[in-house]
Amino acid sequence: MTRTSVKTLTLPAVSRFDRWLETTFRFTRQRPLGAVGAAIIGIMIAAAVLAGFVALYDPLATDYATMLQAPSSFHWFGTDSFGRDVLTRIIYGSRTALWIGFASSFLGATLGALIGVTSAYFGGKIDLVLQRFMDLLLSFPLIILALVVVSLLGSGMTNVIFAITVPMVPRCALVLRSSALTLREMPFVEAARALGFGPTRIILRHMLPNVMAPYLIMLTAFLGQAILLEASLSFLGLGVAEPQAAWGLMLRGAAVDFAERHQPLGLCFQSSRRLFTRCFGSEAAGVMIPIQSRL
Amino acid sequence: MIPTLLGVAALVFFLLRVVPGDIVELKYAGAGVYAPKEALARERAQLGLDQPLWRQFAVWIGGFTRLDFGTSMWTGRPITYEIGIRLELSIELALMATFIAILISVPLGTLAAVKQDTWIDYFVRIFSIAGLAIPSFWLGIVIILAFVIYFRWLPPLTFTSFWVDPKANLSQLIWPALAVGYRYSAVATRMTRSTVLEVLREDYIRTARAKGLWERAVLIRHALKNALLPVITVIGLEFAFLVGGLVVTEQVFNLNGIGKLFVEAISQRDYTMVQSLVVLTSFVFIFVNFLVDLINACLDPRIRYQ
Repeated sequence: MTRTSVKTLTLPAVSRFDRWLETTFRFTRQRPLGAVGAAIIGIMIAAAVLAGFVALYDPLATDYATMLQAPSSFHWFGTDSFGRDVLTRIIYGSRTALWIGFASSFLGATLGALIGVTSAYFGGKIDLVLQRFMDLLLSFPLIILALVVVSLLGSGMTNVIFAITVPMVPRCALVLRSSALTLREMPFVEAARALGFGPTRIILRHMLPNVMAPYLIMLTAFLGQAILLEASLSFLGLGVAEPQAAWGLMLRGAAVDFAERHQPLGLCFQSSRRLFTRCFGSEAAGVMIPIQSRL
Repeated sequence: MIPTLLGVAALVFFLLRVVPGDIVELKYAGAGVYAPKEALARERAQLGLDQPLWRQFAVWIGGFTRLDFGTSMWTGRPITYEIGIRLELSIELALMATFIAILISVPLGTLAAVKQDTWIDYFVRIFSIAGLAIPSFWLGIVIILAFVIYFRWLPPLTFTSFWVDPKANLSQLIWPALAVGYRYSAVATRMTRSTVLEVLREDYIRTARAKGLWERAVLIRHALKNALLPVITVIGLEFAFLVGGLVVTEQVFNLNGIGKLFVEAISQRDYTMVQSLVVLTSFVFIFVNFLVDLINACLDPRIRYQ
């Protein structure tokens, strides 16, 4: 009796791991691009969560003895103009990028879903007014709308999240409205209405769960855009403020260093090799933005 | 079209009035002089900022109907002049970027569809995903760095009109156009690939092949013509955003275009300028939408607009 029970307890545990390995292997064989993507995201999230353990230096500690160094065994990607380790700042920057990306795409997609489904449920005048308003927001270029919101609220982490959320809401509302429109005529929605449920309950409990598929697609699609937008905003100097590590800011710093060294000196090329190795460090940040943004 | 423009105008007008800090204070703060309250009030009255909001709005919209866009509150020059000197650069850059995007995306997308699931297809897909993901400002910085370091050459820093000196003009604008065009080709490439794939499975393609038509004729005359409609829509919509949305690229390449003017005007609280720019970009957006509809109707006789 006990022997059989031990068998049934231990066997599934092993085979489950095997099955997991097999599934992973098959997925990698069939969709190599997806597998590479998944691996990269895994590493990114791990780096962001474990930043304190992975990074060897303090991202904010300045050291004037090691300003603008080329990559070495101590500083793999070199140091910036304040003597901060570039690799450390890239790792901590992934924290900023991921947090802002996830927060704003989640907020944007959720708000958009609420607005889209509500407008589809009520139809008529409410639908018309909401849709016209969304059209208005849609005719602004993405980054311009974000800029207006940043100048409205000022820069800083929370405000940047909000600034990226605002332009995403209408785009998401548009898509989710169209998939919710077909839901409205479904028998179960009619049944819920016949049972006397109010609009809030029908929208939240009956309609929203049924638009989860397009919702998740929009959420992941916006995640990449949000990270890029965050980088653009910090690159313009309107996003996250300086001592904090953000990829756009690091690229901006590199460009400024480069311009300052070069233009006044009449394009002096003696130091260009060193500068190039130095800038290469920050370009590693540039390489990571794209990788991460294509989840 | 006109109600949308009016809505955009009203939205941006009231949004700007909510932003803290006004242009008069910023002007004096920038000059670093102490200004008594009366001077500030006088300045505001001169700009018409002491009027009630609805009146300011009415005056501004009234000017629009007479094609009078007013003067920039910051520089005092007419807005048509300020925008005019930058519009040529922005439009040219947008046109070049779109042209490059088409040149990259249509052949590559078609190639990927024809050679589906071979290494060519994989290469094209990776190439286009990279374009989607790489920020154009990073690509811009890399292009500039490569030129400075390996060729010891820098694109000219001041804008010369194409009609004055085409060579100088192109040698300045081709690089930002490449950086932006590559990025914008990504979506179009993927779109072309998937629509061509879809069309190639149609019956009339099989018929064309069965009657022994030359493969190139099948592809170009039968497949591409039908596959390109959604691609044109995508490219058209992107063109509209290129005119006003190249804020970051213009910063990287130090170009004095509409995007840069936008950022400056917002940070200076130059109300009239921001309002006019927003209306301008929305107008371009709506107009290009209209053009895209027209082109689609031309290419596909089944599409009819009432």
